[in-house]
Amino acid sequence: MTSSHLLSITTFVYGFAAVMYVFSWIFKKSMPGKTAVVVTFAAVFGNLAGIGLRWTESYKMGIGHAPLSNLYESLIFFALVIAILHLFIHFKYKLRMIDVVASPIPFLVMAYASLNVNNAIEPLMPALQSNWLIAHVMTCFIGYSAFAIAFGISVMFLVKSSTDGGKPGITGRIPDLATLDDLTHRMVTFGFLFLSIGIITGSVWANQAWGRYWGWDPKETWSLITWLIYATLLHARMMRGWQGKRIAWLSCIGFMAVIFTYFGVNLLPGLHSYQ
Amino acid sequence: MTKASDSHKPANRLWNFFASVKLSVAILLSIAVTSIIGTVVPQNGAPEAYVEKYGKFLYNFFNTLDILDLYHSWWFQGLLFLLIINIVVCSINRLSSTWKIIFPKKPIFNMNQFKKSANREEWTQSHTVEEAKNLYVPYISKRFSFSRVDETDAGFKIFAEKGRWTRLGVYVVHFSILCLLTGSLIGSFFGFDGYVNIPVGKSADHVTLKNKGVNHPLGFAIRCDDFKLRFYDTGMPKEFRSTLTIIKNNKIIKQKDIIVNDPLRYDGVNMFQASYGKMPADRFTVILADVRSGIKYKKGGAIRRPIELPDKSGYLIFEQYRQNFRFNGRNIGEVLIGGLIPKTGEQKHIIIPLDSPGFDRMRNGRFVISVSNFGFKYYTGLQVTRDPGVPLVYAGFLLMIIGCYITFFMFHQKVCVELTSKGGKTGGKTQITVSGISGKSKTSMKTIVKRLARNLKRIQSV
Repeated sequence: MTSSHLLSITTFVYGFAAVMYVFSWIFKKSMPGKTAVVVTFAAVFGNLAGIGLRWTESYKMGIGHAPLSNLYESLIFFALVIAILHLFIHFKYKLRMIDVVASPIPFLVMAYASLNVNNAIEPLMPALQSNWLIAHVMTCFIGYSAFAIAFGISVMFLVKSSTDGGKPGITGRIPDLATLDDLTHRMVTFGFLFLSIGIITGSVWANQAWGRYWGWDPKETWSLITWLIYATLLHARMMRGWQGKRIAWLSCIGFMAVIFTYFGVNLLPGLHSYQ
Repeated sequence: MTKASDSHKPANRLWNFFASVKLSVAILLSIAVTSIIGTVVPQNGAPEAYVEKYGKFLYNFFNTLDILDLYHSWWFQGLLFLLIINIVVCSINRLSSTWKIIFPKKPIFNMNQFKKSANREEWTQSHTVEEAKNLYVPYISKRFSFSRVDETDAGFKIFAEKGRWTRLGVYVVHFSILCLLTGSLIGSFFGFDGYVNIPVGKSADHVTLKNKGVNHPLGFAIRCDDFKLRFYDTGMPKEFRSTLTIIKNNKIIKQKDIIVNDPLRYDGVNMFQASYGKMPADRFTVILADVRSGIKYKKGGAIRRPIELPDKSGYLIFEQYRQNFRFNGRNIGEVLIGGLIPKTGEQKHIIIPLDSPGFDRMRNGRFVISVSNFGFKYYTGLQVTRDPGVPLVYAGFLLMIIGCYITFFMFHQKVCVELTSKGGKTGGKTQITVSGISGKSKTSMKTIVKRLARNLKRIQSV
């Protein structure tokens, strides 16, 4: 079996888990939810194995490198980290609603990667041949994943707070607002630490490869913009006591900046010819 | 001196303005928003390109606002400067007013806070309060940096805390930003960022500065001994490798092969593999075909060296080589450009493409000139920088990571273990209440209290 087969199967396993979570939530049955956790573990294992297999395949092709070098590989890794973070939150907070929001993300990311992105294993261009590649890409995507989950929770918060939370309908099953608010904050702080490390490792790498640690390249600048938005969120919350809706909105805006840093920058003029 | 009159003094009002978090948020967002402009409008481009893309009016508008070199504009640097002042003033303000509260000579434990805390565990066990105290105090004092036992009417209260210093984490983060900005200032004042192209076999002892375009002497020479280009099977470049030698006072000081991620460093100057290119070799063959006689004359040629024409009828000189040349709107590729200087008559401008030997027929001259055996050699493009601010910037990086970790994931925790006797101080059972407070993380405090209670119960069973 090749890594792309394995990763395609994994995509469906993620999808299956997401469906089970939703099913369990709508019909208030715990059994499908428990099965879904096992299925998520299977998907994470498949995802991890797929990445490992792709790594060995690249060595067999004689162009061995860690599978973190292009858009496809970054998406696969992104899905993995989101799924792992989701499992972590699942066991720590036991909030069924979070499962419903978090579990479809790895599925969607993997599906997008399989359908729309070139998945050929390509050799590394000279600029990417560095050990900093692994540290830089990994830390950035751990940060992005935390922001993605924070975004999901914030959307849930906004949905719940805009409708009457006390009703027994769908929104009634969303966890209480204080928990969501706290969870958003935790995800943002975790993401912020990793985004900082991601920018710093990228910066040290740029100094190693190009002789400058900061060059106002669009990708660099957008990562800084993202960082500044989340820094604003943290200051507003810790110092001005902002909570609830306003923090949820800032978290959504922050995630838009993440998405733009990730995809949108390819549309702008700049040095980053790779994704 | 009273506080009320203080706040009306202009100096104090200015101080309070800079000490506000509203200002911090405003600066952070202003930097974010203005940075976006710089990613949409290409930076530091050629004026002609801007006029073509945006029109004359917009170009002038952008130019007036420094938008074409936004990140170095006075107003963007001004925003960064405001940020520095804001951080310094905020930190001084908060530290001076809270230092004594954060770090009193003796930690203060406010029982009301513990009573209000939702993070509590309660149970009863069959020790006397005295026994329970003797069991728990060693355990608690080992696990907390500070602990104290208070005697109460019905037993004891054990107070303990740790992580008080983590309240300084946020100042570490802010200090790290000062390090970064100061480091970048040092770099821009005392460093340089230049480039130089060195043909294989040649050396250079100065570089061209990127933003000023002027020459900057290095104090030593860089010789390029070799340049090698390697490709993958797909045709994608795999490696650019330059063999460099540092020469000072005619002595070889250092020799190294550099590739893109592995620069050469000498005397605080860093040499990076940045680009490469082809340039004409020194010598080539010039063929002069006499139209009338049909005789072909072959002569050795070199750039900027006059070639005597047959019958001493004049000179031919090639001034420059171009990799691409447009002739009548069509790209005719590599050319040599030069002049024909006849003994009598006017000097003529000539363009000789390397790929089409018959091209010069068009000129209708006595000789049809073409060039062959035109060899190439590589030159290596080096980025050469000196940045004495880097150590400070890297220190800032390290402090930022450590500071963020402390601020977000460590916190000041206080616990109170209350031992209340049920049935007299010397006999009977003890009711134990564990409660905890934390300035920051309520949910984490809950797990800490739970874990502490679980561990204390375990001690009792030993």
